[in-house]
Amino acid sequence: MNLIGFENYLWLGSALFCIGLLGVLVRRNVIILLMCIELMLNASNLLLVVFSKMFGNMNGQIFVFFSMLVAAAEVSVGLALIVLIYRKFKTIDSSFLDNLKG
Amino acid sequence: MDLNNFAFIALSAITLICALMVVIARNPIYSVIFLILTMFSLTGHYVLLHAQFIAVINIIVYAGAIMVLFLFVLMLMNMNANNEPNKSLLWKSLATIVAAGGFISMAVLYFRNMGDTPIKPTTNSVPGNMLPPDFGYVKPLGKMLFTDYVFPFEIASILFIAAMVGAVFLGSREKS
Repeated sequence: MNLIGFENYLWLGSALFCIGLLGVLVRRNVIILLMCIELMLNASNLLLVVFSKMFGNMNGQIFVFFSMLVAAAEVSVGLALIVLIYRKFKTIDSSFLDNLKG
Repeated sequence: MDLNNFAFIALSAITLICALMVVIARNPIYSVIFLILTMFSLTGHYVLLHAQFIAVINIIVYAGAIMVLFLFVLMLMNMNANNEPNKSLLWKSLATIVAAGGFISMAVLYFRNMGDTPIKPTTNSVPGNMLPPDFGYVKPLGKMLFTDYVFPFEIASILFIAAMVGAVFLGSREKS
């Protein structure tokens, strides 16, 4: 079996993380901002699995499990908040939601 | 080029293109569908890395549950490309520069530290051949989860209950 160098996975993970960052900066729809945060979480999950394989230690995969749990909880509460915001303001455009600006 | 490398390159291409399409697509529904495709290709990566348990829960939790939730909320709000807000070109180019700068700084860090890793990996490539044969299977992971990590596991269940109660409470407040 030929082997894939782990540095290729480093490139893939950093590229995926930067695409998620780009999405958070570029988009204004709050739901898509949440989805781009999911992209960044997935990049870190991928790298955790790669490093767990690389160092022969299964703790990394346990951490991926926990990060997925936290992401699921975050999404459920975040989407409930977004639905409430939509009911109140009739928009989920992040640049109009500036009530906390002071 | 053998099958493993080919699978890695194809999956990486699908992952990156679909992730870019999540950002680029005007219609939020298309964004969700491309995010699902990204999740599937990442699951392929996990299978390639012999992390079967992670691959399965990635499909079930992410592609199954979370993405359906996103799709449901988008359908509920009746979003489409027409009422999709858009940022100015200046802001877009600035954001692109920031993201590209982040990637380049990671690349510079990587090239500077290429020779001297302080921790020696078991093997400098994946899939490793010095690992136990059941590495990443459900059984050893479950054993770890219920012995070493049983306290964080229970805390995670409390977190889930809190999230569920919070979501229900937020969703049902406008009754009166």
